[in-house]
Amino acid sequence: MIALRRPAVLLLLLVLLAGCGTPGGDSSDNAENAEKAEKSSRKIDVSKAGDVTLTVWDQEVRGGQRRQIEQLNKAFQERYPNVTIKRVAKSFTDLNTTLKLAVSGDKAPDVVQANQGRPVMGALVKGGLLRPLDAYATAYGWADRYPRVLLDLNRFSTDGATFGAGKLFGISQMGEIVGVFYNRAKVPEPPATFADFERSLAAAKGRGEVPISFGNLDKWPGIHEFQSVQNAYAAPAQVRDFVFAREGASFDTPENREAAGKIAEWAKAGYFTKNFNGVGYDPAWQQFSKGAGPFLIAGTWLLRDLSDAMGDRLGFMLMPPPAAGDPVEALGGESLPFAITEKSANPDVAAAYIDFLTNADAARVLVETGNLPAMPTTAKPQGTAAEEVFQAWRTLGEGDGLVPYLDYATPSFYDDITAAVQRLLAGRQPADDFTQGLQGDYEKFTGSS
Amino acid sequence: MRRPPGEPRRVAYLYLLPGLALFAAFVLAPLVHAAWLSLFEWDGVTPGRWAGLDNYEALAQEPALRRAFGHSAVLLIFYAGLPVAIGLLLAAAASRARVRGLAAWRTILFLPQVIALAVVAVTWRIVYQPTGWLGDFDLALPAVGLVGTWVVYGLCFVLFMAGVQKIPQSLYDSARVDGAGPLREFFAVTLPALRGEIAVALTLTTIAALRNFDLVYLTTAGGPGDATTVPALEVFQRAFRTGDVGGAAAIGMCLAAVIFALSLGINRVADRAART
Repeated sequence: MIALRRPAVLLLLLVLLAGCGTPGGDSSDNAENAEKAEKSSRKIDVSKAGDVTLTVWDQEVRGGQRRQIEQLNKAFQERYPNVTIKRVAKSFTDLNTTLKLAVSGDKAPDVVQANQGRPVMGALVKGGLLRPLDAYATAYGWADRYPRVLLDLNRFSTDGATFGAGKLFGISQMGEIVGVFYNRAKVPEPPATFADFERSLAAAKGRGEVPISFGNLDKWPGIHEFQSVQNAYAAPAQVRDFVFAREGASFDTPENREAAGKIAEWAKAGYFTKNFNGVGYDPAWQQFSKGAGPFLIAGTWLLRDLSDAMGDRLGFMLMPPPAAGDPVEALGGESLPFAITEKSANPDVAAAYIDFLTNADAARVLVETGNLPAMPTTAKPQGTAAEEVFQAWRTLGEGDGLVPYLDYATPSFYDDITAAVQRLLAGRQPADDFTQGLQGDYEKFTGSS
Repeated sequence: MRRPPGEPRRVAYLYLLPGLALFAAFVLAPLVHAAWLSLFEWDGVTPGRWAGLDNYEALAQEPALRRAFGHSAVLLIFYAGLPVAIGLLLAAAASRARVRGLAAWRTILFLPQVIALAVVAVTWRIVYQPTGWLGDFDLALPAVGLVGTWVVYGLCFVLFMAGVQKIPQSLYDSARVDGAGPLREFFAVTLPALRGEIAVALTLTTIAALRNFDLVYLTTAGGPGDATTVPALEVFQRAFRTGDVGGAAAIGMCLAAVIFALSLGINRVADRAART
């Protein structure tokens, strides 16, 4: 019997191996397919499209985000009874990690939220799995809805190599800004310059308060903290060039070194929550909302929760520029863009759906449900802090001051920069090593120096 | 023709088939597939490129990965060493004294095993919050390790208690007649009798230590810096975030090989000790 066992095992292995081929999709020409797709793109009357089921994967699962998407989906299906929307809702992280498998499978969804940047959207574009939307953008006039940088963030060349230029692969509903929330009870007059801001940090420290509530255990908040300081030194164009990996871009610049030195100095001076690397994001903003100190550097996604907790005491401002009257800039961008998959059988209906999610009516729904629409709107939000957020969004749009997230830059830059900021702020790595190390990580991807 | 009873018959393979089919479909096939993928440079979307052993070669040269495996070695102390030691201590103490409500104690000590790891991780994040240990470059790894100790020592204790209860009382009696103190009794009677249980406990805890992902991911996500990265976390990051499926599969294969070698080693040692 023993003699029989070995061939049996080998046979089993062979059977298993036979199921393996070269992994991955087909290698047909992306540019050609893109051109074909665009030629067949039409703005259609959805009511005459027959019975259509659109499968949509989104991550609009929290509070106001959920309310707006449910309301808009319902409205779309009421207007077009021939269309059924099959919604698959996932958390942000789950969506990012499962999307590639879903979109490359045989039963790909029609519409997906594909996160900006190389890790998700870039990979999908490279695989030829998303449909270019420029023809639809022209037909529906999407270019008028967004400042240019917001469209650029959703652009890739069809081979996925160039980010920030090329074809449009998605559009977003909401804007977001990482700015400075402040407690009006402690900050009667918001500082007008970066130096004023530093002075109020020192004053708060002197009063025994936590100048900036900050929890970095989750690693990603460090990106927001660093970039908020970086904005006081580096012009938006410099950061954009870096993120889009344009010719000659580098992380190891005098501006970045200065910014890194400054934020490390703040950490050393005790301007952040004690043990910030061991404090979670949620406990940190909750402490701020309970009056721990004057400032919190965070994204507008916290507006609703903070308003609920603090009411009229909550204020929002952009990080003040070096000199009063200088153009303001801020880290920010837009929510995950809605994209159409290459395999969708009904791209024209999908485009109409995306248009419906981002038109002027949708903007009004977004405001009513407590969100910040990326599109211009005349609808008024409720509460002073919300008004300040809307005003900041308009200012940034008009002054072209939005700066994209650094972690879009390379597939691994999220891990690279979050770990590096933790080291920098713990005093484990001087500013020079910080910028040089990250430049080294960046070059692994861009291959140039 | 009559067979003598007990003679192996081919029909036995038929009985094995259902189990084997399940094992092949859900363990062997993915394993072989992962091994196959580890030979490609593949981003998970576009067609892969044959890379041979390049992925493995690249791994060997990566200091970050060596650190991750080093962290796993430290975690072994907290996941396997400490829990087995604590379990032995508790079992030895319980074997000497008549403990009132032993069943209740056993349940309480076993409780951490029953709680979902995600809940454990979130709870310990809150517990550690005031100390700041999870954000400290030197203390984060031991802090995560201690959570592991807390989770698995109950399992060791329960295993050892079951073992202690099957040791004949006469052995203890004769040891005592021979004048053995508590320490002597432990090393001469309890410890040798528990060899099998110790091997099982070490195997289980070693596997838990090396494939540790959830606890690290949910408490520190590998931070601060890369002070708590572990190989399984690297697998996840490469496969799902940075689009290096081949590299991820290669790390996974290395990890599987290490786990396999260690558990084989543990059981070899235990077997040999049992024979002498």
